[in-house]
Amino acid sequence: MKEIYFDNAATTRIDDEVLSSMMPYLKNEYGNASSIYKLGKRSHEAIEKTREEVAKVFNCDKDEIYFTSGGSESDNTAIKGIAYANKDKGKHIITSKIEHPAVLETCKMLERDGFEVTYLNVDENGIISLDELKKSIRKDTILISIMFANNEIGTIEPIKEIGKISREKNIYFHTDAVQAVGNIRIDVKELNIDSLSLSAHKFYGPKGIGVLYMKKGIKFNALINGGHQEKKKRAGTHNTASIVGLGTALKIAYDNLESHNKNIKELRDYYIEQVKEKIPYIKINGDLYKRLPGNANISFRFIEGEGLLLNLDNKGICASSGSACTSGSLDPSHVLLAIGLPHEIAHGSLRISIGKYNTKEEVDYLIKSLIEIVEKLRNMSPLYEEFMEGEK
Amino acid sequence: MDYSDKVIDHYTNPRNVGEIENASGIGKVGNPVCGDIMKIYIKVENNIITDVKFKTFGCGAAIATSSISTELIKGLTLEKALELKNGDVVDKLDGLPPVKIHCSLLAEEAIHEAIADYYRKEGKMSEEEIVKKCKLKKNHNSCPHKISN
Repeated sequence: MKEIYFDNAATTRIDDEVLSSMMPYLKNEYGNASSIYKLGKRSHEAIEKTREEVAKVFNCDKDEIYFTSGGSESDNTAIKGIAYANKDKGKHIITSKIEHPAVLETCKMLERDGFEVTYLNVDENGIISLDELKKSIRKDTILISIMFANNEIGTIEPIKEIGKISREKNIYFHTDAVQAVGNIRIDVKELNIDSLSLSAHKFYGPKGIGVLYMKKGIKFNALINGGHQEKKKRAGTHNTASIVGLGTALKIAYDNLESHNKNIKELRDYYIEQVKEKIPYIKINGDLYKRLPGNANISFRFIEGEGLLLNLDNKGICASSGSACTSGSLDPSHVLLAIGLPHEIAHGSLRISIGKYNTKEEVDYLIKSLIEIVEKLRNMSPLYEEFMEGEK
Repeated sequence: MDYSDKVIDHYTNPRNVGEIENASGIGKVGNPVCGDIMKIYIKVENNIITDVKFKTFGCGAAIATSSISTELIKGLTLEKALELKNGDVVDKLDGLPPVKIHCSLLAEEAIHEAIADYYRKEGKMSEEEIVKKCKLKKNHNSCPHKISN
């Protein structure tokens, strides 16, 4: 059976051009970038060239780019790194309730270590309140960490305004931009971003490689100690092939950003329109406009998300849900609860994230399959039965 | 989620889905907050469960345990059906992932509630006797959920 992939917010298929650019460094150009001979120096040069390209995309200096193993490591380094290196200035951090676990769990760990953390609420679309942010700022606040765009509902946060507030109050501002990079142009100077995390596999690059942007002059501790790599801020032999792949993926993403976004947004909007037209009792989660172009998060009432995913999988369709059963706990997604969804509606959510390899035919197949599966699951749902009896 | 082929088979093609008109007994357990509700309908003739149907709101494991439980109790006497343990259900499904074991409790409890409903309608036993015979629980342990904010 053909597999149809609609989970591009989880990860993406590597672009052929990205893979080709990596191959030399997986084969003949295997030198350690820290070595003195020419084989090593060529690896070093490839890494430094990539660093310059990455810096150009975000309008920062190449010395402000650190290569890491991905989004989680970048988030951990930024938050723990800044917190521990600046704790003499204060021990208060502000973040939001809808962050990725890489941020939330890091903040919880810091709380256990004597830091205080404010978790900002979000409105029904998942957007933080700038007023609440301002009111939460204290004399001892050292860091604000707010995600650029949410992974589950695709909502884009008011980053420019947060950056402005942080700058005025002289507080460091970190943003987890893992979902945003490859979908939104980001100028860290214009947006007053002090620190940013990204991960290559979200935009058709390889897994296990990411970037931490950290503005010059910010004191932060390394998460991984050891060698002198990355100015002693991230020890470990450079993953040359993946770094080069990240660079290629980033270049392709930003050279084609407008057409990429237009195409996936068209498919996404078509999907949402079709679902609205053909399936009753649904709720679209997240902001309709301030939203990533490929994200659609819809709750189908009276059914549970895991059952939905398993039936989709039987038809070869890969997607994601915020139901408790897929989160490995008994609670549905913290993001869906934070936007105020009742548990039973959060359990029935389906995240479709469209990417550049999806086609209209695939979306049509998805819709056809969904109509069938939702009907099947509703017909066996006691909640639906009771609701329909109430309607009579 | 690492589901056995049996579980996959049962959530893909669930057996005995539906309702029974004028059912002898109906049992419903779970709640929508947990994400699991199971409703079971039984038809009883001469102390034997001659037909059984179910409706379930829940994950793949909840659907599969509901489905296989209806197969297991069909044709049994009420006493034998009450002896069905969640462990038997799990075994028949060739196992369930540990986080899904509570789903198998749901099926066991729904069957007990349906039989209790039958006894109540029959009117021969006191509520106390029914609770004891059907091992009814005040709080269904199939839903260990605590609402967290």
